[in-house]
Amino acid sequence: MQFRCFSLCVVIAVGGHHVFAADSQQIRDALEIVNAIGREGANSIEAAKAARSLAEATPESLPTILAGFESSNPLAENLLRSAVETIADQAQESSTALPTKDLIAFVNEPQRHGARARRLAFELLARADPDAAKKLLPNLLTDPSAELRRDAVGHWIGEAEELAKSGKPDEAKAAYEKALSGAVDDDQVTTIVKALKERGVDVDLQRHFGFVTSWHAVGPFDNREQKGFDVAHPPEGQIDLDAAYEGPLGEIRWRPISTESSYGVVDVGKTFDNWKGSATYLVATFDSPKGQPVELRLGTQNAWKLWLNGEYLFGREEYHRGMTMDQYRIPARLKAGENSILIKLLQNEQTEDWAQDYKFQLRVADPSGQAVLPAR
Amino acid sequence: MFPSTIFLSGIDMRIVLLSENGRGENGRGERIRLRRLLPSWTALLTSHVSLLPLSLNVALLASSLSAADWPQFRGPAATGATDEANPPVEWSADKNVAWIAELPGVGFSQPVIVGETVYVTSSSGPSNERLHVSCFDATSGKPRWHRQFWATGRTVVNQEMRVATPTPVATAERVYAFFSSNDLICLDADGNLLWYRGLMYDYPNATNSLGMASSPVLTRDTLVCQLETDDASFAIGLDADTGENRWKIDRFRKANWTSPVVFNSDDGPLVLLEGAKDVTAVEPTSGKTAWSFAGGGSTLSSVVAADGIVFVPNNGVTAIRPPAGGSSPETLWRTPKLNCSFVSPVVYHGRVYTINGSGVLNCGDAKTGEVLWQMRLGGSYWGTPSAADGRLYCPTREGVVKVVDVSGEKGEILAENEIGEPLSCPPALADNALYIRTDTKLWKVAAP
Repeated sequence: MQFRCFSLCVVIAVGGHHVFAADSQQIRDALEIVNAIGREGANSIEAAKAARSLAEATPESLPTILAGFESSNPLAENLLRSAVETIADQAQESSTALPTKDLIAFVNEPQRHGARARRLAFELLARADPDAAKKLLPNLLTDPSAELRRDAVGHWIGEAEELAKSGKPDEAKAAYEKALSGAVDDDQVTTIVKALKERGVDVDLQRHFGFVTSWHAVGPFDNREQKGFDVAHPPEGQIDLDAAYEGPLGEIRWRPISTESSYGVVDVGKTFDNWKGSATYLVATFDSPKGQPVELRLGTQNAWKLWLNGEYLFGREEYHRGMTMDQYRIPARLKAGENSILIKLLQNEQTEDWAQDYKFQLRVADPSGQAVLPAR
Repeated sequence: MFPSTIFLSGIDMRIVLLSENGRGENGRGERIRLRRLLPSWTALLTSHVSLLPLSLNVALLASSLSAADWPQFRGPAATGATDEANPPVEWSADKNVAWIAELPGVGFSQPVIVGETVYVTSSSGPSNERLHVSCFDATSGKPRWHRQFWATGRTVVNQEMRVATPTPVATAERVYAFFSSNDLICLDADGNLLWYRGLMYDYPNATNSLGMASSPVLTRDTLVCQLETDDASFAIGLDADTGENRWKIDRFRKANWTSPVVFNSDDGPLVLLEGAKDVTAVEPTSGKTAWSFAGGGSTLSSVVAADGIVFVPNNGVTAIRPPAGGSSPETLWRTPKLNCSFVSPVVYHGRVYTINGSGVLNCGDAKTGEVLWQMRLGGSYWGTPSAADGRLYCPTREGVVKVVDVSGEKGEILAENEIGEPLSCPPALADNALYIRTDTKLWKVAAP
């Protein structure tokens, strides 16, 4: 990658004075170098040097640096975060004010700036002007930043609790429902669901989280001695729900499988008589109202592979190391209309009590964790 | 080994220094912190013979680490012991507690101490995605700086585990912080970011749904990390200056929570990689295998290298003598009764200490493997004990540090000090102090 000529030495502070102007070409050049950091250490040293040079910039430069997150991968985001924190620390030490108005404006532009940059701007604001930050929170309930959203949900849960203590049950219930509209973290959802249940409201958790609950399954295929992970059986090439296949127990066919579990847990083990050392394919159709980036969020303690519309996304050959909601977050892009989600789930032959689960849960969410629901 | 000239407070002092490169420097030309080496070598030169093996190990590990620091997992020589500390035996709310600092998140990583600096890692957030590196002044307990990062790898761990479980490595100039997400962060002593690697960002299947725990080691300017899982499984050597890969070798595919250890051979330092199938010694800058012990090791308890012997935990402890020139190590003894359960062995003054799953402290002879004594401590143990001044400091999950006198024929419990929170990592020992990390707090215990 070619960079514009850029001499780091000109951006080092001299005698404690910052030399960056608030929106200088030097900052933009440094941001470009930081954002060139890649995998396996590519451009790592140059990027870190550029980030350290950015750390010498004035507090007025913070919005420009935060805007530089737009082109950042997760590594660059951390380099820039480090620079921003250093600037803020130095400003605090020298009693220099942070540009709070600019930071408020930055937080309030979710369409223009990324989730992490806005979250960091919010944290700077909270350091400089806690009251101003607090005022922003109620309106961040459905924010693209999961962290901002969580704080906003916390605010509304607090409001609801205060209203309940003040003897305003209807207002408290409304505040809980408002909190639920933004809640994506299970601990907060659990708190809200319990409070609403006490007020006579049942929450459909499957729908709230966006779990996919209806599947077709075919199996068992052979995975004895864990040899089945890389064996491509016919469903990996083509999905034909009318097809029959030969499995180790005889002919096998697709059959519907669904779950009533609040958290969308599909118990594959209950589907077959003899399922040790097996592989099962499960397919679901997701009707997306539009083309959109999503995360397929999977939880399972079985080995798995995942495809979307025939494209292999990811797989992991790990057995019985625990299952949690959102255990794996796999970025994907849905097309408008029907999308085919295919999972290959594998069970090994361990005999311990804790190694008998043959289950999974999968939901479709946006990067903040908000459920993405099908069109129908 | 070469005699070295040591510059101390403006005075040239010529003593024998067995540093890694024989120049009293690490490979980057940074001068070793000799102020803190002096007591160790004074002791050595004044015929305190029992200190010799540990001091030798420390000096050979050297780099820019010093004998009086606690710069890495399980101390200066990764034996769980130091000869440079004399912490209190007893403490309470109004006795011998120098300070207690709140941490910005949770973790099981051990604090590391270099000079007057204490580094601790932690994580926070509903998914533990926020990573923290905190730096404290050792004397006052005041925060010097605090840096935060967003994890670039998975932060899913068992609810009984923590993302900040691997212990950092520190030198006088730098700290290398590592997390279960496989984020590896190099900061200077002022908190400036020198480089950043996301090893799970690079190698997405290097992960464990229970959580990763292996702590890195530093030698020959190479940072060595073990990322062994049921899927992607490898060890990697990184240039400590740049974070760039020096080597990457495949390892057996099975989840492994043990940490690499530096073994100082006659030909220079080797890094011991322990796993379910073997213990392999690799040359740190190339990753080339020097020798391998096929007997296998633990996936929970880490090996100890001391006095030219490697103590391998696996259904007890097996002592092996590495070969002088290739081939296979010699098995010296194997003692099943020295069962380690979750903790690692401690090798201290010619004895091997282990704690089994029933809370029984075992003491074995390091030369013969003979069990010398056993005593029931009680409690459950995730954190390895730490040893200094003839005592073992044993941290329990029930929140008590049991202090055991191990200087005599039998062990004797001297004190049981309540901390009030579960303890999941070893205490760090430096100078006259004990640094205890709970999930959310850092204690310094020291006599006034």
